[in-house]
Amino acid sequence: MAAVVTTGQTLVEKVLSAKVGKDVRAGDLVITPVDLAYVQDGTGPLTFRQMEKMGIARAANPKRAIAFIDHASPPPRRELAADHVFIRDFAAKTGMILHDIGDGVCHQVAFEWYVRPWDVVIGADSHTVMGGAMGAFASGMGSTDVGVAIGLGKTWLRVPETMKFDVEGRLPKGVMSKDLILRVIGDIRSDGATYMSMEWGGAAISAMPMHERMTLSNMAVEAGGKCGPIPSDEETKRYLAAHQREAEWRPIAADSDAAYTKVFAYDGSGLEPVVATPGSEDNIVSVTDPTLRDVPIHQVYLGACTNARSEDIAAFAEVVKGEQRAKHTRVIVTPASKEAYMQALRAGHIQALVEFGAMINSPGCGACPGVHGGVPGDGENVLSTQNRNYTGRMGNPAAFVYLGSPLTAAATALYGVITDPRTVV
Amino acid sequence: MGRAWKFGDNISTDLISAGRFYHLRSNLPELAKHTLEDARADFAANVKEGDFVVGGRNFGKGSSREHAPIVIKMCGTKAVLAKSFARIFFRNCINNGLAAIVCDTDRIDEGDELDIDLGKGVVHDRTKGFELHFSPLPPAMEAIMREGGLVEYIKKHGDLVITG
Repeated sequence: MAAVVTTGQTLVEKVLSAKVGKDVRAGDLVITPVDLAYVQDGTGPLTFRQMEKMGIARAANPKRAIAFIDHASPPPRRELAADHVFIRDFAAKTGMILHDIGDGVCHQVAFEWYVRPWDVVIGADSHTVMGGAMGAFASGMGSTDVGVAIGLGKTWLRVPETMKFDVEGRLPKGVMSKDLILRVIGDIRSDGATYMSMEWGGAAISAMPMHERMTLSNMAVEAGGKCGPIPSDEETKRYLAAHQREAEWRPIAADSDAAYTKVFAYDGSGLEPVVATPGSEDNIVSVTDPTLRDVPIHQVYLGACTNARSEDIAAFAEVVKGEQRAKHTRVIVTPASKEAYMQALRAGHIQALVEFGAMINSPGCGACPGVHGGVPGDGENVLSTQNRNYTGRMGNPAAFVYLGSPLTAAATALYGVITDPRTVV
Repeated sequence: MGRAWKFGDNISTDLISAGRFYHLRSNLPELAKHTLEDARADFAANVKEGDFVVGGRNFGKGSSREHAPIVIKMCGTKAVLAKSFARIFFRNCINNGLAAIVCDTDRIDEGDELDIDLGKGVVHDRTKGFELHFSPLPPAMEAIMREGGLVEYIKKHGDLVITG
C-alpha cells in the first residue's frame, strides 16, 4: 500500500472528527452531535422562548441538557424570581436537569459532574470554554443556537484553526495560572485568538493541577477564542476519579505533527504575578508596577468561574489566616460551587476567612456579572479574581475593576493596595 | 438611508446591554431603552429607524448574551458595521437577522448618511461620496440570514440542513 502523507490533527480536529465520523480539518463546516448543552438564568429564558417559537420545546437528550440558576442566585428581584419560575417549569416539562440556586456556577458544576473528555459541549454562556480543560470541545453560543442544541441535539460550526501555547518550566511560587493566561492575553490582545482554538501543552501544563488548567481554558474567550482545549491525561483521570467518574476518563492529545496557525512558547519559570487594569482584560501590568501603589482597593472579590474553586479559596485563606483585612478593603468570597464551599468548610478555610473579616456569599456567579452580591460604589476600585473588567461589568460603570490571581487578591486584601503575593507566600 | 452612530474599538456586550439591567431580559422593550447606555448615553433615546451602529475592532466582545444584538435591532438599527466582530456576537446577529458588516469603518464619521446594499455588498457614504465593499456571508450564515434568523430558519426547515 502506498504511503499517504497527511499531517496530524489538533485536539479540536480530533474531537470533531470523532464526533462527526469523518476526518475534518480547520475550515471545514460540520453539523455535529452535541454531548452536553446548557443554559443559565440570564440566557435560559430566551433560549426556552425561542425553542417554543421554533416548535422544538423539548430536550433531544434530557440527561445531557441542563438549566442552571447561578447568575441571580438567590434572586434579588421579583423579575428574576419570575425568570427562575419559568426555568424550573420548562426543565420539569422537558425532563432537563435543573441545578437550582446554591449549586454553583454553571461551568464549574458542569465540569465537576458532566463534561467528559472527547465531548462536544455547547453552553449559552461565553465561559463554557472552561470545559476545554477536560479534553473536550467546549464553546459558548447565544440562546437560540443553544436552543437548537438542546431541542435537536446538534449544532453547526466551522472547525477552528488552532494557536498552540507551549509552556515549559514550572510556575514560581506566588505565580498562578491566572498570571499566565493574563500574560498571554496581554501579548495577543483581546481579539488575538478570534474564531480560533487556543490549545495548551508543554511541561508546565502537564504538571499543572486541574483547578489551575481550568482557569486557562476559562479565559480563552477573553482573547476571542472559540475554545481552549487541554490534553486529557493522568491528572484528568485523577480529577474524574475524585468525582466518582473514573470510568468516563479517556486520554486525548493532539498529534505531534498537527498543523497549527501559530505556536507560542512561554517559559513558565520566568513568569511573574500580573494584573489587568480597568477597562480591558488585555491591559496587563506587573503587580509591582509603581502606578498601582497609589490605587486604594475598596473591595476584593474572590469569586467567579475563573478562580473560586476550593484550591483558590485555600490559597487565599492560607495567606490571610490569623490576620485582619485592611480597614478600608471589603472582602467578598463567593465559592464557585457547593463542592468548593463544602471543601473549604471542611478544611476550616471559611472560618479563617470570616475571622479575617471576609463575608461569604452562597455559591454562584455573585458579584462578577453585576447583578448583585457586591456592586461597587462610584469611584471605587475592585481587585477581583474574575475574568472581565469592562466598564459596567460589576454593575457600576463608575467603578474600576482590576483582575488578578487568588494569591494577588489575598495579598491585596491584607494591605489595601495591589500587593505582590510573592512577599506573603 | 440612515445616520451613522460611531463607536470605538472593543465595544463589549456589557457596554451594549449592561449587567445592572439583567432583570429586564424578559422585558425586551424596557431592556432596549438602555441599549449601549454605558458607551453613549444618548443613543437609545435618539436613534432613528434605519440608522446604523458603526464600531471599530472587536465589536461585541465578551458574553454570549443574545440580548445585545436583539436590543440593537429593536432600536431600529438596520445594520452593525465594524472592522471586526467577536465570534459569538457576530453569530447572534445573523441568528436574529441583523446584518453585521465587516468593512474599514475608519472613513465613516459620526452622523454620515449611509446607504447599504446587502445583496451587492456595498456601503455608500452619501455624506462623503465614497463606497466601501464587503464580502458576502459564508453560505451557512447566508442561508440563516435569508430566512430572517435562526428561529425562522428552523420553523421552515425543521432541522439544521446547512451546507457549504
